[in-house]
Order: sequence, then C-alpha cells, then structure tokens
Amino acid sequence: MGLQPYLLLSATVFSIGLFGVMTRRNTIGILLGIELMMNAVNINLVAFSRYTAALSGMIFTVFTICITVTEAALGLAIVILLFRVRHTVMADHLDLLKG
Amino acid sequence: MTEQITFAALAVILVGSALAVVLSKNLFHAVLWLALALTGTAGIFLLLDAEFLAAVQLLLYAGGIITIVVFAIVVTERLIGERLTQTNMRIGGAALVSAVFLAFIVVVVGRHALPVSRPEMPGDLTRLIGEAVLTRYVLPFELLAVLMLAGMLGAIYFARPED
Repeated sequence: MGLQPYLLLSATVFSIGLFGVMTRRNTIGILLGIELMMNAVNINLVAFSRYTAALSGMIFTVFTICITVTEAALGLAIVILLFRVRHTVMADHLDLLKG
Repeated sequence: MTEQITFAALAVILVGSALAVVLSKNLFHAVLWLALALTGTAGIFLLLDAEFLAAVQLLLYAGGIITIVVFAIVVTERLIGERLTQTNMRIGGAALVSAVFLAFIVVVVGRHALPVSRPEMPGDLTRLIGEAVLTRYVLPFELLAVLMLAGMLGAIYFARPED
C-alpha cells in the first residue's frame, strides 16, 4: 500500500479538527479540536518518515507529541484559571479584548 | 491484503470518532471519542512499523491528555449541561472552509507522484530512534525536557489555589 492513503486520512482528520476548532463554543472543545489537528500532523510525519526511510520524521514526532502534551496541560490550566476569574469557559463570552 | 483491511478499519474508526469529537452535544462524550481517535492513531503508527511511537501515543495522549481534559471538564462542570448549545452559529461557514481545505489537500496529493512501496529501514526502529535521540538529537531532546518542566511548573502556577 502506498503513501497516498495515509496522507488522505491525515488530511481528513485535520479538516475535521479544523471544523471543531471553528464551531465549538466551549474552550475545552476548541482544545480537543486542536488535539485532533496535531494528531493528523503526527500521522503525516510518521508516514513520510516510513516511506522515505528517513528517521528524522519519527524523532520529530516524539518532539511534537511531547510539546502537544505540554500545550494541552498549559491550555487546560489557563481554562481553569479563566473559569475561576470569569465564571465561564464559553469562547464567545470571553470578549474582554473586543473594541 | 491484510494491510489494506487493517488500514480501512482503522481509517473508519479514526474518521468516525473524529467526527463524533467535533459533533457530539455532550463535551464529556467528545473526550471519550477523542480517546478512541487517539487509540486509532496508535494503530496507524503500528501499521507504519513505529511501535515506539504507538506506545508513546498511548501513554502520553490517550493516558495523559484524556485524564487532564476530564479533570478540566469536572472543574468547569457547571456550564456544560446538555441544555447549553455547544456549537456557535457558524457551522455552515466552518464546514465550507474545512471542505475547501480538504479538497485543496486532496488535489495537491493527487497531483504528485508519491512512493508506493516502503523501503527497508536500516534495523530496528525503536533502537534507531533511541540512538538518534541520544546522539545526533541530544540537544533538542534536553531542551524538550526543560520545556516540559517549564510547562508543568506554569500549569501548577496557573491552577494554584486562591490565596
């Protein structure tokens, strides 16, 4: 089986994640969409790495996975702090910076 | 042949659960679907001979992220009842943008000649990754450790009890 099906699968998952980021009102839901997109990117990296026999793609995947986990932990900490200060996690209620 | 069947099954699981993540009304169900999607991705990694990455995926993503997301939902629980709409008014536009994006990638992928067979990897992948991380990529690896420590400290600082 060729590389193409893997790329198409990852593009599909990425688009679904993009849709989630754009439509979710809850900030935690937005973070879930971002996780889906990151996941699609990882599939792409591993697939390219395997089909070109270049190891750097897989090493990079280790790094992206770790960075995503850190980002999720920090993002959720910010969500919790936001909830404590503003008593809402809905993105369309957080319009303090709107002119 | 088995590879095609396994890939098709994993693709169905992955796309189906990803759709459930973005469409389900209840955020808690969305997280559980995300766990399935991340496990499906680990399956894809196994299919690509990356056993180590599949294990990392299960441990860090499916184990770690799901746990902290569930914690965050429990903490902010008051506002995620079923009666609140979880999606905004831009579903049509967002679907359009996503579809155009997907179509663009499909066209680009379709226009290029891509490898159809896998070259042999020079040895065991897990061993190769371990060796590369501790030799050629040792500096980024150590920087990653510092980044994760800083991230964890930041998360603890943000979520500290009020004083």
